Amino acid sequence: MDRHSPETRIISAEKMAELIQDLAERIVRENPDLTDVILVGIRSRGAHLAGRIAGKVREMTKVLLPVGILDISLYRDDLRSRIDQPELIRTEIPGPVEDRNIILVDDVLFTGRTIRAALDGIMDLGRARKIQLAVLVDRGHRELPIRANYTGQYVPTSLEQTIRVRFSEDGEEDGVILRELAR
Amino acid sequence: MAWGKRKDLLGIEDLSREEIEAILDTAESFKDVSLRKIKKVPTLRGVTVVNFFLEPSTRTRTSFELAGKRLSADVINISASSSSILKGESLKDTAWNIEAMNADILIVRHRAAGVAHFLSGMLDCSVINAGDGAHEHPTQALLDLFSIRERKQKIDGLTVAIVGDIAHSRVARSNIFALRKLGALVRIAGPGTMIPLGVEAMDVQVCRSLDEAIDGADVIMMLRIQRERQEKSLFPSVREYARFFGLTRQRLQGAKKDLLIMHPGPINRGVEIAPDVADGPYSIILDQVTNGVAVRMATLYLYSGAKR
Repeated sequence: MDRHSPETRIISAEKMAELIQDLAERIVRENPDLTDVILVGIRSRGAHLAGRIAGKVREMTKVLLPVGILDISLYRDDLRSRIDQPELIRTEIPGPVEDRNIILVDDVLFTGRTIRAALDGIMDLGRARKIQLAVLVDRGHRELPIRANYTGQYVPTSLEQTIRVRFSEDGEEDGVILRELAR
Repeated sequence: MAWGKRKDLLGIEDLSREEIEAILDTAESFKDVSLRKIKKVPTLRGVTVVNFFLEPSTRTRTSFELAGKRLSADVINISASSSSILKGESLKDTAWNIEAMNADILIVRHRAAGVAHFLSGMLDCSVINAGDGAHEHPTQALLDLFSIRERKQKIDGLTVAIVGDIAHSRVARSNIFALRKLGALVRIAGPGTMIPLGVEAMDVQVCRSLDEAIDGADVIMMLRIQRERQEKSLFPSVREYARFFGLTRQRLQGAKKDLLIMHPGPINRGVEIAPDVADGPYSIILDQVTNGVAVRMATLYLYSGAKR
């Protein structure tokens, strides 16, 4: 990516906090029984978001949802066309997924291929009772029939743009950044 | 991750410390896969892996086969006794024929040192050395390091004693390279006929007795006495060898509480290692076997990425 390409902060830190609060509220509303829920963040920014949502849910309900991290590298469909092998991060899910209500969490929903890989990854760990999807931003351009149960905000984009969610966990200011790809 | 896209894994000697650590880190993720109920990931679907073993092996061949299968690769095995090598086909021709069937990764074991290098130069597919003569056995050293690191959380600063037939052991050579690169101190011990001349150049400490080598050691690696080489009479008798260089419980009386005892297998019980030591509290011999699959999965994963 060209580092000189113009960068627009389309969602501020305050707005991002509101969206996360909103996601947490809807998750609480739609899942009356929180005892069998596991939030599973797709590494690495999905894991940050899952942690944030868990924090909000705890403020609201005093329930501490378990948070797991899923690395989908082994399930990617573009492994053979890449030049290098992606670095693996350990998948860490607290407890068995068997019969649990899994909420996958990712920062951006784009082609849907990451989510397809994540679904396969979860299913190999056991038969969950239910799998849902929560994302902060849906930027469109789906290549697979996949849709989120909980979406923070729809952001219409073109394929000449990139979307990047920044988290203070990575030492950056919270927010969503839109960039034009250099031609 | 310091992974510099290599085509072949021929020996530890060529690898940097960072590359060794990258393989070990990757293996941790794969160890998790082996512990799951569904021990399979689709990562290498459509990749063809050929196990080309021209020397006997159970552990290494099975380990590579399982590693490939757990990654969803197609794995086939070719051994000397079942191949046309018996009909006089040359190594070169056999290798070219295997590659002509679009193999992606060729894992080779051969009694002659340098065979993996030779094949890597003539083939486009990735070549992984699974043991070439007395030269190297890189994945064995990697799995040994992984097993040590898993127990000790580090390699740096540990004292590791390697005992036995150092001169004929590719396992010892690969381990010495790997341990030194990662900052361990290496001591070696064995009958004088089994200590290679000039081994000090590998930056190891040569000990005159087993007791000297294992005194205060964090890890003891026992090597297999290669009884098939006995006709060369490198030592007078198996009994005498066991008396001087066999690891027994008495010899371990002053051992550290967290000592690790390792052996690459197959073990000769009662020769280089007493049965109660091999099965005893310090032994991680079977962990090595378990970890071997994870390390070989990591190797196949990383080396399958390097396309011509």
